[in-house]
Amino acid sequence: MTAVTSPAPAVTSERSWRFIRENGVYLALAAVVLFNLIATPNFASLRNLQLQLVQVAPVVIVALGMALVIGTAGIDLSVGAVMALAAAMVAVFVEQSPWLAIGMALVAGVAAGLLNGSLVAFLGIQPIIATLGLFVAGRGIALAFTSGRLVEIFDPTLAALGQNRLWGVPIAALLAGLLALVTALMVRRTQFGRNVIAIGGNPRAALGAGLPVRRVLLIVYVISAVFAAIAGTLVTARSAAADPSFVGLLIELSAITAVVVGGTPLSGGKVRVLGTVAGAFLMQLVFSTLIRHDLSDADARMVQAAIIIAAVYFQRDRGSS
Amino acid sequence: MTRGEPTLQAIELTKRFPGVIALDAVSLDIYPGEVHALVGENGAGKSTLIKLINGVYGADEGELRLEGEPVAFTGPRQAWEAGISTTFQEINLEPFMTVAQNLLLGREPMRGFGLIDVKKMNADAARLLRRYGISVDERRPLGSVGVAVQQMIGIVRAVSTDAKVVILDEPTSSLEPNEVEQLFRVIRILRDDGVALLYVSHDLDEIFELCDQVTVLRDGRRVHTGPVADITRLELVATMLGRDVQDVRSSGKTAFDIEGRRIGVEPVLAASGLSRHRVLSAVSVDVRAGEVVGLAGLLGSGRSETVQGIFGLLRLDDGEIKVNQAVLKRGSPAAAVSKGVGLLPEDRKAEGIVPTMSVKDNITLAAGRSVARWGFVSSSKVEEIVRKYIERLQIKVTDLDQNVGELSGGNQQKVLLARLLSNEPEVVLLDEPTRGIDVGAKAEIQALIDELAIEGLAVILISSELEDVIEGSNRVFVLKEGMVVGELQDDAISEDAVMDLIAHAVTDARPESA
Repeated sequence: MTAVTSPAPAVTSERSWRFIRENGVYLALAAVVLFNLIATPNFASLRNLQLQLVQVAPVVIVALGMALVIGTAGIDLSVGAVMALAAAMVAVFVEQSPWLAIGMALVAGVAAGLLNGSLVAFLGIQPIIATLGLFVAGRGIALAFTSGRLVEIFDPTLAALGQNRLWGVPIAALLAGLLALVTALMVRRTQFGRNVIAIGGNPRAALGAGLPVRRVLLIVYVISAVFAAIAGTLVTARSAAADPSFVGLLIELSAITAVVVGGTPLSGGKVRVLGTVAGAFLMQLVFSTLIRHDLSDADARMVQAAIIIAAVYFQRDRGSS
Repeated sequence: MTRGEPTLQAIELTKRFPGVIALDAVSLDIYPGEVHALVGENGAGKSTLIKLINGVYGADEGELRLEGEPVAFTGPRQAWEAGISTTFQEINLEPFMTVAQNLLLGREPMRGFGLIDVKKMNADAARLLRRYGISVDERRPLGSVGVAVQQMIGIVRAVSTDAKVVILDEPTSSLEPNEVEQLFRVIRILRDDGVALLYVSHDLDEIFELCDQVTVLRDGRRVHTGPVADITRLELVATMLGRDVQDVRSSGKTAFDIEGRRIGVEPVLAASGLSRHRVLSAVSVDVRAGEVVGLAGLLGSGRSETVQGIFGLLRLDDGEIKVNQAVLKRGSPAAAVSKGVGLLPEDRKAEGIVPTMSVKDNITLAAGRSVARWGFVSSSKVEEIVRKYIERLQIKVTDLDQNVGELSGGNQQKVLLARLLSNEPEVVLLDEPTRGIDVGAKAEIQALIDELAIEGLAVILISSELEDVIEGSNRVFVLKEGMVVGELQDDAISEDAVMDLIAHAVTDARPESA
């Protein structure tokens, strides 16, 4: 008997159902874009596209880190607070040097990630609780650094980072694209990425296979926090002000939504990077479309909620194994 | 015996998965008051048939009739509500509630004002338990009683809410002998009450002791149905394997052949004084290159705990492990793997398989250095290794990217063995490598263990089937209550010698902390 048999044609309905389930986010995104091309004046204008890109970039960056964390069956609630911390660092150090400011923002990200990761990996605290600590405290620390005030920032380097474009594309969006590429490579091609998936899929098996489970968990939370710090720096640079009360507020929810809508299950063991990017774009476009077509902010949020529930519904795997 | 009408009829059920026909027009009638055995090798279609009956899958073709009425379930709950109960699909069992609460969940006796009459509930539960001869305090939380009792609570709850068909899917695989007896008693009471029972097992003894009818599946087809009394063991095995009786008789009991192993002088792995409070007491074992060392003992004797301690999955209070004379860092599976030690876990679902990954990725999960450079995985090297082991272990897959969850138990076990071997270990710790898999795969794995030893691997083997340990090992350590009570070598290894040690060796009660 041969060990490898050739696949026979499968049942069509099951296959197409599976296709829809696995690619739903792209189909939905295509539908929203198509609707806008037809029904929204000036949608395809350069200005509008640039605006959409600038707005979605921080969510994409944070969601990429979140996707890795969720891949390990964890969650990181502290990303918004870490963005605020990074903004505070920029505000404090920008007068000495914009590069020092950026550097310190990243250092704050690493520190936050090490804290979260240590709690999860070494003390075995549940991720939702472990990251709740910084979720609560991070923004407080950030406010303490800026004495609770909005700090205006007049620095040409940061202004360029926030407002300049390369080949017509905002720098923030280019950076988000680059990070998405790096994350996708990491997930698909590296040992680290496979370890992330294995830990989320079956932690005991990962341990038994001799994988460095604790180290991988630690690194995953550091990546998530560093990505959040990058997003925080970008938002600060764009708005030319550090406002720890509002930078990254509620972004953890947008990020989790992008990840889940993009096809990464909250139960871990799978990471869809491109799906996450598409998920972030979908949510951004749906929201801006509804606003453009005169729905109130409150109504738009309800539509968003409906999309999240629909995404989770389509993902549920009936009776696997 | 008058059989009457069948309670459950499966009529030409067919189920296809991408690339395979899992079940091909299989029919099955289960009559009231009968225990119907369902047997077959792994991949024969047993699990698929069960999942079609209990609503987990929908059939592509064919029909299901319950008491003569055609039924189509859209999920396991519908099947359960219609009166088809499956053990170990813990629908409606709540581990934190008491046994009584579980037994009467949803139909608790009330006292008015929406209050539960706890006294009456407990009394009702106790009556039910007595009727089925289950001795357990009905006020204890379900999660705190043994697995066997939990299973029986599930069955009793199902039949007391009018289940007509009870499916028992390898119910004894994690039970101790006295628990098995208790379960059989419950099953016989159910049978006498007119329940139709479908009993899936790999254990021939159980089938001949308990079952009335037997149906054999092979490669997704039904190849035999008939009374158990009309078939011999040998005929049954031959039918399962699709071979002549003559072949089976001549092939011996196990596939082990310990001739031809060249055993090294120095131990590759030596563990001494392994201790853990109330679990292990100064256990010392060692294994040399080319040698298979068996760990014998009853469930709970510390067999699995010994290998888990060596591998670093179980925290030890004391003890030293040396691999090639070098002391191994304790409590770190990663360190053990990097020094060439591998463990095949007892529970392959919970501790081995990563269900969200493909066959390919599962096999090469531990093969870090040999497939990756600078942290980047080379897909050509991965494929090379995967193909090599799929070939060598005869793993049946449709393609390398197939989801591992779609494979049968025996093939999943082979995937885990491939993972173990692809890391090129020097010592492998095999905890129940042939448990819960079919006769054919079992023989293949036994032969593989032989081959590995001949190639110079050091093997520590645990099996709850004494026969495997006796026939496969060069040396046997006998454990009892967390202590090594004897070491047998070569010709001194026999079932009698092992059982004598287990029965008569004196240990000072449970080991206390070292």
